[in-house]
Amino acid sequence: MIRDITIGQYYPSNSIVHKLDPRVKLMGVLLYVLSLFLFRGPAGFAAVTLGLAAMVRLSKIPFRYMVRGLKAIAVILAVTGAFNLLLTPGEPLVSFWKLKITEEGLKSAGFMMVRLSYLVLGSSVLTLTTTPNQLTDGMEKSLRPLNKIGVPVHEVSMIMSIALRFIPILIEETDKIMKAQLARGADFESGNLVKRAKAMVPLLVPLFISAFRRANDLAMAMEARCYNGGDGRTKMKPLKYKGRDGVAYFIIFGYFAGIIMLRVRL
Amino acid sequence: MNFIEARKLVHEYFRRDEEGNVEGITTALDGVDLDIEPGEFVAVLGHNGSGKSTLAKHLNVLLRASGGTLWVGGKDTLDENYLWDIRQETGMVFQNPDNQIIASVVEEDVAFGPENIGVPTDEIWKRVERSLSSVGMLKYREHSPNKLSGGQKQRVAIAGVMAMEPKCIVLDEPTAMLDPSGRKEVLEAVEALNREKGVTAIWITHYMEEAIHADKIYVMDHGRAVMKGTPREIFSQVEKLESYRLEVPQMALLAYRLKKAGLDIPAGILTKQELEEALCRLYGEIGEKHVDDIR
Amino acid sequence: MSMILDKVNYIYSPQTAYEKHALKNISLKIEDGEFIGLIGHTGSGKSTLIQHLNGLLQATSGGIYYNGRDIYEEDYNRKELRGKVGLVFQYPEHQLFESTVFADVCFGPKNLGLSRKDAELRAFSALRSAGLSEEYWYQPPFQLSGGQKRRVAIAGVLAMKPEMLILDEPTAGLDPKGRDEILGQVKAMHQELGMTILLVSHSMEDVANYVGRILVMDQGSILMDGAPKEIFKRYRELEAVGLAAPQATYLMHGLKEKGVPVDTGATTLEEAKESILQAFIEAGKFPPHTS
Repeated sequence: MIRDITIGQYYPSNSIVHKLDPRVKLMGVLLYVLSLFLFRGPAGFAAVTLGLAAMVRLSKIPFRYMVRGLKAIAVILAVTGAFNLLLTPGEPLVSFWKLKITEEGLKSAGFMMVRLSYLVLGSSVLTLTTTPNQLTDGMEKSLRPLNKIGVPVHEVSMIMSIALRFIPILIEETDKIMKAQLARGADFESGNLVKRAKAMVPLLVPLFISAFRRANDLAMAMEARCYNGGDGRTKMKPLKYKGRDGVAYFIIFGYFAGIIMLRVRL
Repeated sequence: MNFIEARKLVHEYFRRDEEGNVEGITTALDGVDLDIEPGEFVAVLGHNGSGKSTLAKHLNVLLRASGGTLWVGGKDTLDENYLWDIRQETGMVFQNPDNQIIASVVEEDVAFGPENIGVPTDEIWKRVERSLSSVGMLKYREHSPNKLSGGQKQRVAIAGVMAMEPKCIVLDEPTAMLDPSGRKEVLEAVEALNREKGVTAIWITHYMEEAIHADKIYVMDHGRAVMKGTPREIFSQVEKLESYRLEVPQMALLAYRLKKAGLDIPAGILTKQELEEALCRLYGEIGEKHVDDIR
Repeated sequence: MSMILDKVNYIYSPQTAYEKHALKNISLKIEDGEFIGLIGHTGSGKSTLIQHLNGLLQATSGGIYYNGRDIYEEDYNRKELRGKVGLVFQYPEHQLFESTVFADVCFGPKNLGLSRKDAELRAFSALRSAGLSEEYWYQPPFQLSGGQKRRVAIAGVLAMKPEMLILDEPTAGLDPKGRDEILGQVKAMHQELGMTILLVSHSMEDVANYVGRILVMDQGSILMDGAPKEIFKRYRELEAVGLAAPQATYLMHGLKEKGVPVDTGATTLEEAKESILQAFIEAGKFPPHTS
């Protein structure tokens, strides 16, 4: 279940996409997401599909593995689809009870679901090909100008990368505590909302205590390893643009310009 | 000259009630004297709550003395200016392997320390490679720490410390959460670093068997260093150790019981080999005597 | 009155890349009042197995029968089973959550639907059985020492009055004295309360000292099942799966090879001592000053 979420889980490989500078990938995903909301018509659809196919292909990540990430948002997809399908005004194709399905609804539901799935797939290419550390490095460097207006960019990116590392650990821990309380006769599944919320206390209290303990331990371990904020730090993997990054930027901007042109012309 | 020297080291902290008022003072360290020479492998034994961990945190200046003095690598730990030097020279490995690995990729975690002290990039790569191979974890460099066993995670943590090129490494119950094979692999890794690279090792544990090969043992109880000596000296005092909620290694215990039953076993037996040899010798002699008697 | 496992299989995340056949055709009978040690390398399936015994995990195939009833039957009360088969997880102190020790121990019996008074009565006797001194009963559990917290957590399971108690490495992280104390309490529960005990342990010495029967697991199967003496005789096979015999057993084998006629079946220090003394007596020169 929870393990099926592929967003945020690095998939090791040595494809060209893996090797790109994370800043390029961040920009790429940003523009790709924008393009999903800008494209129009069959040509635009073809372009975003091709764009996604190219990204997936180049990243060498099994497509089936990626699609599993969609399972996690299946409910959201279905709900959005249903809303668009049933609530878009227009000429009804079929109608029953108080609901009607219109041609426009069909179209917009289709578009919406494609958009959402492409969005998830596209952004998962970023997280699947970039280690959390590279990702936060990329963000840290891209957002560095914000430092001037007092945003603690280094600290925020450090917090993010640590959070990413501890998510799987905390998920496992939740599972353990849940089982331990079940073994003591706890019941997380039956009863009304109030009862269920109350049943969470034996789960949440130990979980919080454990998270605090871990945070404490980790802070100490970081201090023991001479962590003293971002000043004076060097990097094992400093971000440096290479030739391929330039090419990638060129392709990304070219793609985006194409999408805009299609939109303007149509 | 001692690498670590503590004189009457005291650590006290206030106990507070729920409103934050001081309820009383707890003395976690109560006048500890410590002399550790460069290159030694020193084991610190003590029951849960005996002050071992507090002592460990002082060696890395995660805590500061409330009384007495502590010198690490010739530097006074109370002098603010030496803080980062001491932390770099004396690395620390903690009990819970999960709570000390910062990065999501093994090699990036090992690089964390060197990055913090401003080591140039090329040098970081060399150090990461060197320290990972020194604990036998080089082939896992691109793995996620979450997929490793407990013993492997601890070795990564040790590599992370080694990448800062310390002179001394303090391990605070590094094996408490591991299974027997994990315990063995971590102990062997640290013994090798101590033997081959001359790194001073301070190994805190309550598994007696892990202290057998130490150069020196300190026993802690109620914040005091109550015993100090070689493993043979310490582990021949069965009753005294038991009074500190500890025990002696299995074979030393058997030797002690046999001796108490009347067998003429030499003092200071620690391992199975030693006991086996002693018993065989004794049996041989008795056997011969027995033959003599019959004649 | 017993627990029977009939060809139990369990597969984690079937039909995915993470698929793992964690239990393979486990058939097993646990009689009332037994004290069993479960040993095996990390990842051999011990934790998965014990979670089947109280119904936390459901077998992919095969059956489990407790006191003659199929626990997978539609109308079988699984919650009641969890009360009868108490499971103490590793580091159980991490599950404590109430504001006082006593309230925490009451959690289990309350879940079983007992009245407040009955739950409290059970908490009293559970805390006594777990050997926690009364001065701590009304303190927040978080202020206790590690060993004390563990006793509270064990009491929390005992308070459900289980007929069978499963403990997953109850001594992990404790100092030698704390370890002996906990195992001593477990032994007392076995002898005085007549509980069936299943102890998961990494310490061969502890297993040799306390249990009457050992189960050895490897790669999801039961590799051996028998009395400690029988199991530790096969120490070479144990080594092959990442385990070992107690040190005393190795000593006895070494002595025997070198011509000292001792009993190689000795597994505990006491047995080893007796057997060595016996060998010296038979050789004629012991006790030393009587001849």
